[in-house]
Amino acid sequence: MSIIQVKNLKKSFGNLEVLKDISTEIQETEVVCVIGPSGSGKSTFLRCLNRLEEITDGEVIVNGHIISSKTVNINKVREEVGMVFQQFNLFPHKTVLENIVLAPMKVRLTNKEAAKQRAYELLDKVGLREKADSYPAQLSGGQKQRVAIARALAMDPKIMLFDEPTSALDPEMVGDVLDVMKQLAKEGMTMVVVTHEMGFAREVGDRVMFMDGGYVVEENVPEEIFSNPQHIRTQSFLSKVL
Amino acid sequence: MGREIARALFWEGESVMDVIRNALPYLMDGLVVTLYIFVIALILGFIIGLIVALLRLAPIKLLNWIAKTYINAIRGTPFIVQLFFIYFGLNTIPWISMDKTTAGIVTVAINAGAYFAEIIRAGIQSIDSGQTEAARSLGLTGSQTMRYVVLPQAFRRMLPTFTNQSIISLKDTSLLSIIGIADLTQRGQIQQAATYESFKIWLTVGIIYFIIIYALTLLANFLERRFELR
Repeated sequence: MSIIQVKNLKKSFGNLEVLKDISTEIQETEVVCVIGPSGSGKSTFLRCLNRLEEITDGEVIVNGHIISSKTVNINKVREEVGMVFQQFNLFPHKTVLENIVLAPMKVRLTNKEAAKQRAYELLDKVGLREKADSYPAQLSGGQKQRVAIARALAMDPKIMLFDEPTSALDPEMVGDVLDVMKQLAKEGMTMVVVTHEMGFAREVGDRVMFMDGGYVVEENVPEEIFSNPQHIRTQSFLSKVL
Repeated sequence: MGREIARALFWEGESVMDVIRNALPYLMDGLVVTLYIFVIALILGFIIGLIVALLRLAPIKLLNWIAKTYINAIRGTPFIVQLFFIYFGLNTIPWISMDKTTAGIVTVAINAGAYFAEIIRAGIQSIDSGQTEAARSLGLTGSQTMRYVVLPQAFRRMLPTFTNQSIISLKDTSLLSIIGIADLTQRGQIQQAATYESFKIWLTVGIIYFIIIYALTLLANFLERRFELR
């Protein structure tokens, strides 16, 4: 049983149709990397999976909830779907620890001690325990992104969505963030990753989706996509980025 | 020439110190009235401003329209007209009876509320939409996001403009003397009428206002440093 099902998803901003007709299924523990040129709709596709973008047409089922339906309690669904952003979006007025415990305490009503303990475990996991009392402005980009991952994990999500998580980082910071993501993948997290890191997609992805012009042009296991792309647009994109 | 003017202003008649000494206790009672009205009106005005700002940003057209109309009505009319309308105008309605002080507080609060609403709206809109998206993606509701993520950041950003409007409102209270509230300005007028020492009395009244507003500025500067955006 797939944890994410997308059927004929369409998304328009005014007259501009960004997603034209997307259908796919993602299995539990699967790591799907979405690649493609900018403007292809890959971020919009990702944002439709937790309804940060309203769905114009089609059906999206996430973790058993039909989130394309107007009546679904989207907050409940989002509790189980973590998201990591290109620009980190840490809360600048809160310390690292406060960033992580906010949602567990306010949404799950976890008591403060338990939430803190879990936060420290997660900070250990991303290698930043000593930064617990720092403010986001005192961290490097790579550290911020690892805190953002810990913050999302604090809700014990079943699915993690990554929207170009390393695109805003200095090159030497990228590795630390990718390592944390690899570890998560190894532990069996279901992940959808919009990325320009072809190395990561090849190494960690179970499947790669190539998007262009609002369509999924081609999807396959990484080896096939990278060494034997079928579609001419996939070939031309990969020849430019590899 | 300069010396003669100085003598006429300060040393002729009663000495400055005598005038101040005699008038000061009376003026201080007025200052208490001024501050009492200011503090209550400021709190009410802030609550009004917050509610109106949220109405202004709500995704419901009718609520936006109500908020906008209120803001435009207040910004488009002079304070003194608002005061007369509330104290004289509304009091002609049979079931409304406001005393002077209540009418004064209500006017200052409603007036400041409109300006606060715009300050708060601008503050909320200045917060990056990524903040809201991050909070919502964690499962927080819209109102939790507002309360724990957007407003705390917005308030810090608003502090300088907020201080500015508070100072304007404090000075606006001096206009309440027109409907007979015994505030600092009103008592200045009474002292002046009793002593004919216009220069010395109004200088004293001005200095008292200045000290209060300067203290308010220092307090605001302290708060700004304290809550500096990290």
